[in-house]
Amino acid sequence: MTTTTSSLPATRSTSNRAIDLLARLAPALFLVLLMVLFTTLAPRFLSTINLFNVLRQVSIYGILGVGMTFVILTRGIDLSVGALAAFTGLVAAVVAKGAVDTRLVLPWGGASWPWAALAAIAAGGLSGLLQGLIVSRLSVPSFVVTLGGMTVFRGLALIIGNGGPISGFSDSFGWWGRGMVGPVPAPVIAFLAVVVAAAIVLRSTPFGRAVYAVGSNPEAARLCGLDVNRVLTSVYVLTGLCAGLGGFILASRLNSAEAVAGTQYELNVIAAVVIGGTSLYGGAGGIVGTVIGTLLIGVLLNGLVILNVSPYVQQLLIGAIIVGAVVFDVSVKKQKR
Amino acid sequence: MAFLLASDGPRPSDATVLQAVGLSKSFFGQTVLAGASIALRGGEIRALLGENGAGKSTLINLLSGVHRPDSGTIVLDGRAVTLVRPVDAWRLGISTIRQEFSLFPDLSVAESLFAGNLPLGRYGTVDWSRMSDLAGAAIARLGYAIDPRRRLAELSVAEQQLVEIARALTHRSRLIIMDEPTASLSLSEVAHLKQVVRSLAAEGIAILFVSHRLEEVMDLCETYSVLRDGRLAAEGAIADTTIGDMVRSMVGRDIEAPDLSGRTSQGEVVLSVRGLSSPEGRSPPVRGVSFDLSRGEIVGLAGIVGAGRTEIARMIFGLDRIGAGSMAVRGRNFRPATPKEAIAAGLALVPEDRKKQGLFPERDVVENFAASRLGRLGASLFLNRRAERASLTTFIRQLDVRAPRLDASVSTLSGGNQQKVVLARWMALHPEILIVDEPTRGVDIAAKADVHRELRRLASQGVAILVISSDLPEVLAISDRILTMCAGRLTGEVPASEATEEDLMQLMTRDLSFTS
Repeated sequence: MTTTTSSLPATRSTSNRAIDLLARLAPALFLVLLMVLFTTLAPRFLSTINLFNVLRQVSIYGILGVGMTFVILTRGIDLSVGALAAFTGLVAAVVAKGAVDTRLVLPWGGASWPWAALAAIAAGGLSGLLQGLIVSRLSVPSFVVTLGGMTVFRGLALIIGNGGPISGFSDSFGWWGRGMVGPVPAPVIAFLAVVVAAAIVLRSTPFGRAVYAVGSNPEAARLCGLDVNRVLTSVYVLTGLCAGLGGFILASRLNSAEAVAGTQYELNVIAAVVIGGTSLYGGAGGIVGTVIGTLLIGVLLNGLVILNVSPYVQQLLIGAIIVGAVVFDVSVKKQKR
Repeated sequence: MAFLLASDGPRPSDATVLQAVGLSKSFFGQTVLAGASIALRGGEIRALLGENGAGKSTLINLLSGVHRPDSGTIVLDGRAVTLVRPVDAWRLGISTIRQEFSLFPDLSVAESLFAGNLPLGRYGTVDWSRMSDLAGAAIARLGYAIDPRRRLAELSVAEQQLVEIARALTHRSRLIIMDEPTASLSLSEVAHLKQVVRSLAAEGIAILFVSHRLEEVMDLCETYSVLRDGRLAAEGAIADTTIGDMVRSMVGRDIEAPDLSGRTSQGEVVLSVRGLSSPEGRSPPVRGVSFDLSRGEIVGLAGIVGAGRTEIARMIFGLDRIGAGSMAVRGRNFRPATPKEAIAAGLALVPEDRKKQGLFPERDVVENFAASRLGRLGASLFLNRRAERASLTTFIRQLDVRAPRLDASVSTLSGGNQQKVVLARWMALHPEILIVDEPTRGVDIAAKADVHRELRRLASQGVAILVISSDLPEVLAISDRILTMCAGRLTGEVPASEATEEDLMQLMTRDLSFTS
């Protein structure tokens, strides 16, 4: 608010900086705290094997979360990522197998994993493009478009698999979900690669800056000569691409692709992004926060399992933490004003 | 509910209504108000002056119960009062009309007037017809007719403001605080508002009138208080002071008058606009506007709000579709479909509403400055933050921007400094044609002088500048040539050196719709 801003001289930024810093570090501090807590309660939590296990478990969330970060930065939301991962997983499976029973017989037969991965990523990207165009050109709220998309992609997945799973892939296909490089699980490597690429795009390219600008103030972004619609469309393409990669890795890890895979992933992914400090009001946040938020969710789920906490209670805790994170976000904004 | 009129009979106008003594307030250890005192008699119209950051808003917030003072007392009608929440101040008769209205855009005028106090019928349900009548009467008292059933969002800014004032009159107001009420009003609306304010004062209500427009203050107010750095810097009767004196107490130094020498240089035409009209059905419309803009000149575009000035700028900049007409930049046909194309052709637009159209509030100063580069053609693959920062630093020196930290959010800056950052954003592109829409609205006097000086400097370097402003002294001070508009048409063109405010006013109110 101009009025309040002007009543406080520029010097107030010192206290703002302290609040900013606290707000930025809060998710990381919470993560450390949680890890200390779990280690005290169950020392085997901190074992290398378990930690890599956590990382493996969160990799797919993390990959989806990277795409989601872009969307949320533009004030949008993508509820379709879980369904899209299932759909693209089935696309990958069909390409790898070359047929589903006697249906969907591809003339060139089964293909090697790169083609399967590419097909999944392309299908994800195209789906995202379609959703993005509806959001940007037709100005339909992303919540509605992707809520519909969620059902549509689930339906497509059911159609492809005829309701059942497609299982049994080659070892090279399965490596992306279950393989290791030294002690590091393969999905973790994919996650890291996506994170590094996205962080560079967001922080150091004009496109990344444009994403922030459009999220912060679309009208001002337009006046600055940005093609707001194109930026908006692009972020949905990005979540689609990420969902495609995630779908491929998910199918690879489970050695099976089916329509119910990735159910409710969107909730954990949105939770991770928001807990990581990306504002649902757009324009603020980033990839590092999403990584921390993803780890937080992973550590929480893993720790609760190790402590034998009922899965019902787990749901409750995650829900409470999401709301808590948003309350924190909002109250920090209030403080700053 | 009783519909109380503002005055239940004449009051002795010399009785002190409000006396605030030694008010102090700090936020996060920063003193914003340091023992400021102010007093108002019944029927007094007192101007509260000061630059942005001087503590005016905080003083208003203390008087209206938004914040509580760290120390000091507020005495209302001889009784010390403690204002914990805004509603306390409201109940005691202190009404505040803010720049950003606290009304409800989706409610009707009548509902807004009586929000929290709806007249009820026999069964505890809202008595709509009585509410409508009461609302109509309250607005009629201000000499206006607004249908009480209309939605707030459909009203003009001036009308919404009148509704706010009417709301203050629906109960017994002793003091009405008006925070820059004229900032977004047209001239005729300002004239009307002045009448309203005078009639309120005549009924014994004390008015605290915050404004950056000193001509207006000279005309309307009886007394003034100047805040500087959270302290009372000066106060007295308007009759005993001059604009120059008030400016000196606000700024604490002299403001140099703009250098008007060498402003007759007429270069080649860079932008020509011929018969520009907005598409059918646009409101406000633009009808067949033609003018030229030459290298190195500043052309002022004057007109009341709604005359179509901003709409012309938006069409030239590719923001709105063009209905008819043609444009040329350096003789080449120009019809931008997007701002990006306009930018590529060498245009820049500093928009009217800094907050809605200019700033990225979550982002830091550097990013806000560098935003215009993003839309430029041939941008490189990676950003160079160091270069951005270096470029910004030169502009900061040139424009005297007070920004303690460039990596702090732009919303930590004062309005004037924010405006300078937006201006710098466009200057960095080295435009040939610069359109500035209300360049100094809500900006303090020192920053205003800086902006004017900078515009003149740009013109002397050959930039063609179109200045849209509702501030006539500003238009007269910085333009070489002034175009006037009324109801979507150009109604006149005068050299600034020969124009007076009266001439301009006459041209700005000459509706040609009926004569042509």
